[in-house]
Order: sequence, then C-alpha cells, then structure tokens
Amino acid sequence: MSSGKPSAAVTKSASAGVAKLEFTKEQEFTALRDMLLIRRFEEKAGQLYGMGAIGGFCHLYIGQEAVVTGIQMVLKPGDQIITGYRDHGHMLATGMDPKGVMAELTGRRHGYSKGKGGSMHMFSKEKNFYGGHGIVGAQVPLGTGLAFANRYRSNGNISVAYFGDGAANQGQVYESFNMAELWKLPIIYVIENNRYAMGTSVTRSSAQTDFSKRGIAFNIPGEQVDGMDVRAVKAAAERAAAWCREGKGPYILEMQTYRYRGHSMSDPAKYRTREEVEKVRHDQDPIEQVRKRLLDAKADEAELKKIDAEVREIVNEAADFAQHDPEPDASELYTDIYR
Amino acid sequence: MHPNSTPTFTVKREQQTMPIQVLMPALSPTMEKGNLAKWLKKEGDTIKSGDVIAEIETDKATMEVEATDEGTLGKILVPEGTADVAVNTPIATILADGESAADLGKAPAVPAPAPKADAAPSPAAAPAPAAPKSDAAPAAPASHAAPDPDIPPGTEMVTMTVRDALRDAIAEEMRRDDDVFIMGEEVAEYQGAYKITQGILQEFSARRVIDTPITEHGFAGVGVGAAMAGLKPIVEFMTFNFAMQAIDQIVNSAAKTLYMSGGQMGCSIVFRGPNGSAARVAAQHSQDYAAWYSQVPGLKVIAPYSAADAKGLLKAAIRDPNPVIFLEHEILYGQSFEVPKLDDYVLPIGKARIARVGQHVTLISWSHAMTWTLKAAEELAKEGIDAEVIDLRTIRPMDTETLIASVQKTGRAVVVEEGWQQSGVGSEIAARLMEHAFDYLDAPVARVSGKDVPMPYAANLEKLALPTVEEVVAAAKAVSYR
Repeated sequence: MSSGKPSAAVTKSASAGVAKLEFTKEQEFTALRDMLLIRRFEEKAGQLYGMGAIGGFCHLYIGQEAVVTGIQMVLKPGDQIITGYRDHGHMLATGMDPKGVMAELTGRRHGYSKGKGGSMHMFSKEKNFYGGHGIVGAQVPLGTGLAFANRYRSNGNISVAYFGDGAANQGQVYESFNMAELWKLPIIYVIENNRYAMGTSVTRSSAQTDFSKRGIAFNIPGEQVDGMDVRAVKAAAERAAAWCREGKGPYILEMQTYRYRGHSMSDPAKYRTREEVEKVRHDQDPIEQVRKRLLDAKADEAELKKIDAEVREIVNEAADFAQHDPEPDASELYTDIYR
Repeated sequence: MHPNSTPTFTVKREQQTMPIQVLMPALSPTMEKGNLAKWLKKEGDTIKSGDVIAEIETDKATMEVEATDEGTLGKILVPEGTADVAVNTPIATILADGESAADLGKAPAVPAPAPKADAAPSPAAAPAPAAPKSDAAPAAPASHAAPDPDIPPGTEMVTMTVRDALRDAIAEEMRRDDDVFIMGEEVAEYQGAYKITQGILQEFSARRVIDTPITEHGFAGVGVGAAMAGLKPIVEFMTFNFAMQAIDQIVNSAAKTLYMSGGQMGCSIVFRGPNGSAARVAAQHSQDYAAWYSQVPGLKVIAPYSAADAKGLLKAAIRDPNPVIFLEHEILYGQSFEVPKLDDYVLPIGKARIARVGQHVTLISWSHAMTWTLKAAEELAKEGIDAEVIDLRTIRPMDTETLIASVQKTGRAVVVEEGWQQSGVGSEIAARLMEHAFDYLDAPVARVSGKDVPMPYAANLEKLALPTVEEVVAAAKAVSYR
C-alpha cells in the first residue's frame, strides 16, 4: 500500500514498503520484551492449568504475540481495546498487572474481576480494556459501541475490536460493519486469523478466506498483514488508526497469525500435524524474528538475557501471587450484581 | 414483519343498486377508533379510484384514505374534525353512475359487523362523534383507589396517554443529561413506529436520536458497548419479539458484565418497547417476555400499566446505573390516565402499587393484564367480594413485601398475567407467597394466565388464548370458596 488511502477497499501490505517496517533498536527491545512477557506468562498459565491451579477454559495466545504488541504501539491514551476469550495477551499488552491477570486465572480475590470472571472475562477500566468476552463475536458490536461513544463525545479516541477467523463468520460482525461504516465510527477491526476456528480450518469454514475482503460489501477498507512480524503489524495499525482518527470510519486488518497450542487447554489438536506447527514455529516465530534482528545488528547479548530474566521474574512473581492469594470471600457471591 | 403496513380502505356495497358506503378504516392492528381530520373531497365531487378523499388521524399518525371505487361523493356522514370515530362506522357514501342523492335513504344505516369476540367498542355504535378525546377512560375506579404515596396531596393531575407519558419521560431525561441518547428502528425521522419518539429528533438532533438499520442483535450490542463506555442509551425495540435476536447481548453482555468485571464495569442502559399481546398479529408478534427477562440476575424488569407509572418508572429506568428491561404494551399506548403535573416525577423501581384497596382477596397483576383485573374487581364488588388489586409495576426486583402484606390481610391471592403459565411470573409469585405467607393463606394461590399455546390469529381464538375478566372473577371466587 502506498498512498494510505485504499481506494479499492482491499490492499495488501505484506510486501509493501519494507523500509517503513524498520524499527529502531529501542522499539525492537520494547517489542521483544512485551512479546516475551506474553509468551512466558502463557507458558506459565499452561503449567498452572496442568497443575489444576487454573480451572475451566483457558485459551493461550502463544504464537500470536506480535499482533497485540504491534497494535498497542500505535494506540493513544483513552483508546479502547476489546477482544474475545483468548485475551491474556491483550491484557498484558495494555499494561495490566500480570499478578492481577494470573490471580484471576486462579480465581483469587485480587484477580482483576475478584475471581468472578476467570480467564475469559476480565476487564480494566483503568487500562481501557473492555474484556474479555466469552461469546464468540459478541465483542464486535460491543467494540463498535465503544467507537460510537467516542464519536458521540468527539474525543478523538478510537477503539480496537479483536476477533478471530471463527468469529468472523458470526452475523453480528456484519451488522456491526454496516453500522460502523454507515456512521463512520472510529474502530479498527482486527481479525486474528490463526487458521483454525477451534478445530475447523479456515478453508473448511469460510467461503471467503481473505478476511481483509470481509468489509467490501460495506465499503470498509481492509489489509492482509503478516501478523508474525511485529513491524508489519505496527505499520498497518498506523495506517488503520490514522484512517479512523481522520473520521473516515472503520478499518479492517486481517492479521495472518498462528497459535502454537490447542484451541484451549483441553484440545488435543488432531486437526493439524505436528510438522505444520513446528514449521511455523521454526520459520516465522514472532519473538525469534526480533531476537535474530537484534543479534544481527550486534545488540548486546547480555541485554537480551537480562530481558529474559526480568520477564521470567515477573511471571514467576505473578504465578506465586496467584497461588497464594486467598479465594474471594464467600460474601462476594452476592456483590456486583447491581450497582 | 413490522407494523404500519399500507393502509387499506374499506367500502361496502350492500347491494348492486345501493350507494357505496365508505367505512372508517382500521389503519393499525390495535386501532379501534380514529379522528376524521379532514375531507379532501366535498359532496358532489367526482371520485376516481386512487383519489385521496380524507385524512384520518390515528393515535400513531395521520394517514390518507384513498377511494377504491369510482362515482360521486354522495353524502358525508361524519363531518371533519370529528374525534373518536369507531372503525367500520360509515363516514360517507359514494354514488355510482345513475344513482342520485335520493338513493341515499336506501343505504343501510349500519353495516353488519362481523361477529366480534371482544368487548371492545362495538362497530355498531352510532356513527355520531364520540366524546372528546380527553374524557376517554381514566382507569382505576376512584372510590377504592389508594392514595399514591409518590404523589404529594393536592398535586394537579393532567390526563395523558401512555404514549405521551413515555415521550415526555424520554424528552425530560434527554434534556437533563447529555449522556442519554435513543437508538432503534424508526425512532428518528419516522418519529417512532408507535410514535413514542414524536418530536424527539426535532428537539435533540440526529446526534442523540439514531435511526438504526434493522439489525437488533447488532444495535443492542452497540448500545451495550456505548453504555460500557459510560453513555446511557435508550435502546428501542420496535417490539420485544424482535429483541429475541438480541437476547444474547442483553443477557450475556449487559446483565453479566458488572459481575464478571468484579464491579469495575457496568452498563446503564434501557431496553424498551412494546411487549405482550398486540391485536391480531399472531404468534411471532404477540408474546410476553416478562418471565424470560425476570429470571436474569443483573437485569431489572419493569412493566407499567398506567401513564403515570410509565412516566415515573421510565425516568427512573433511564437514571438507573443498571440494565433495565422496560416492557411497554401496545394496547395501552393510546389509553389515557391521570398523570401528576410535577417537574420531575420519578418513581422508585421495585415498588408495587395498590391500585384498589380491598379486604377479601388480593388480585396481583401488571401491564395490560391490569385491564382485566380491574374490571374483574368491579364485577366481584357487585357480588360482595371486595378485592384488593396490586399493580406489581416492577417484575424484578419484585416487591414481595407488599404482596405478603396484602395476603396477610385477605388470605387469598390470584395472579393475572398475559404470559404463559409454566415458569411464569405468576408461578414465581405463587411460590413466594407459599414460602413467606403460607400461614396466612386460606386457599392455594390461583393463576390466571395466557393459555399454553402460541398466539392464534383468528379473533375468537385470540380472545380465548388471553385471560378474561370472567376467568379472573371465577378464580377469585374459587379461592374465596364461593
């Protein structure tokens, strides 16, 4: 994409403007640290799930870290984020406290929802994170409503609604697209295409597998983005955010990404081969890409190790906190139903 | 699917040689009468099929009446400016070729009405103009009315329709708080499918009065999202039947977010629109959702009967920081009640109202079912049974205290609801009375409810499917062992 004004509704950014993709060393370090935090956090969550400390459904974000990390880099104070149930990465990206997130996963009283929401339902008013929604696709009209509120208040903020390739087939997504374009609402729809809606591959579930084209019927511009390259994500997010802030309405970003783990912790993932997962992990891993670039640029290896250690420390503290924090008081059963 | 289909206009030719009678047309499913606003043709004018001959004002809109027959306008039977002309009243005659005004006498005065099921104003009523609108039917019998603790003594009362009361509530709250806005199908430029939002767009502009596409699931979610961001949306459903498309957003997003966020994020939003039986619109457009929503913690559910309650409770609902389901009733929209003339009339949510004070049996109802219940109380009075009538007004949270206090006095209770019996609101009330007032009950609580069938279309079947005054009377007598 060259002009920033996609006239044909859909453009591809994958090979465009490589020069613009370059990060400063500082940005590379920031991205590395943010993505590592998500990865180590999710690995720990998986571990705690295996130990029985986390119950219910637990959907890990491992492999998709570049998406939320790149998008968060272009957001401004007051911009809102909303997503579905694979939400731990999004929360960490907004700067929510890993202790509060992990304690919610373990159902403890200092979790973000006092232990009443769990993995799929967490919120932070302070960080403008609006959930954390367990019903596939429901966050899309909700996010559109956040954008509606921004336009109503003319506050210059935008909202970002994340959803997956599976949710992209829900009817309410298109109801939202229609209203968002009709009313020129400032919202970026980020479709995280990780190739599988639970166990159903995109090709088995979607008549149109190019999700950037899903807004064509509503005149919403869209781009397919290499969602494994945090630089490409950020560059596309900048275009999308500018479009929204200029009052031109919504924008669709299809992030081509991949989740390494199963749909949830209880998913045996028989619908794809081990080789397929290994190949993506080997060739495209978002974290390794940054690490390699930094090493190629002769970054201080000690500094990389320091980041690793710091992140591990944060995650270990969070896990420790989440296992020792008491469960919510029984009286909390009846609070927060009305205000 | 949606109301207000193209108006149809009826003529009746009794015999081949007779002049054609032009009848007052029914212009909506619930219209029983209308005002003859204007004649656009005068006696002696030639009329072609398709000519607009008159304008009729319904309680929703002014509509043009087109001729479907050709001839000469013979006699105008109902002059313009006449209010409350019953549907099917002859309003004029059209003379075919060769007929003269002298033939007019041959025209039968009144068309034979189809055997009608309802106690509604009979179409056979005289074509003469009815009483002026403002005198129409204030509801509760004054003699047994309880003083309303929410209305200061000496307050001036004005007669107002439920429709106008709702509109005033919306307008007052929008004036008071810029965060309040209204969205829904046809709420803005069309002025409301049921004319609840008449004039709202003109006063508040398109920023705050938003016509949505026909997309209930989507705009309900947009409303909830806007509420999560701190706005106070009023989401109008053209009817609650269409809100079934949106029930996931109402229950899963609106009702549960406060809890799931540990109290951080709630949503102040009103979902409102007509609920329950309409008239002759059959199963998909005629259903009572009170029981459905009342089951959900996190929601408040209000179902007012009178115009005063509609106003005071809608204002309260808009100010409430929680999601509120506000169930209106199409058949009540055009009915008039006394409304206190107060600058800011806000009622408490969750308080029942004693609509009629009595000693012998407690009749519990809400919304349109109050109509049958109040009539039944009058019938019972004639037989020496002094019924107390409680208008529940709010379904959730339920004012169990007022119900128990009444049953402690009467020892008997009948619940009257439009909805289905199984797992209905009446079942819940019966259970609560059993749990909390068992020792005071002299008879099992009786339930009069909508029949266990989808709403039929045929007029007689529709009447059978709904509760009747007779059923309420019979139930009250049964629990009184009379």
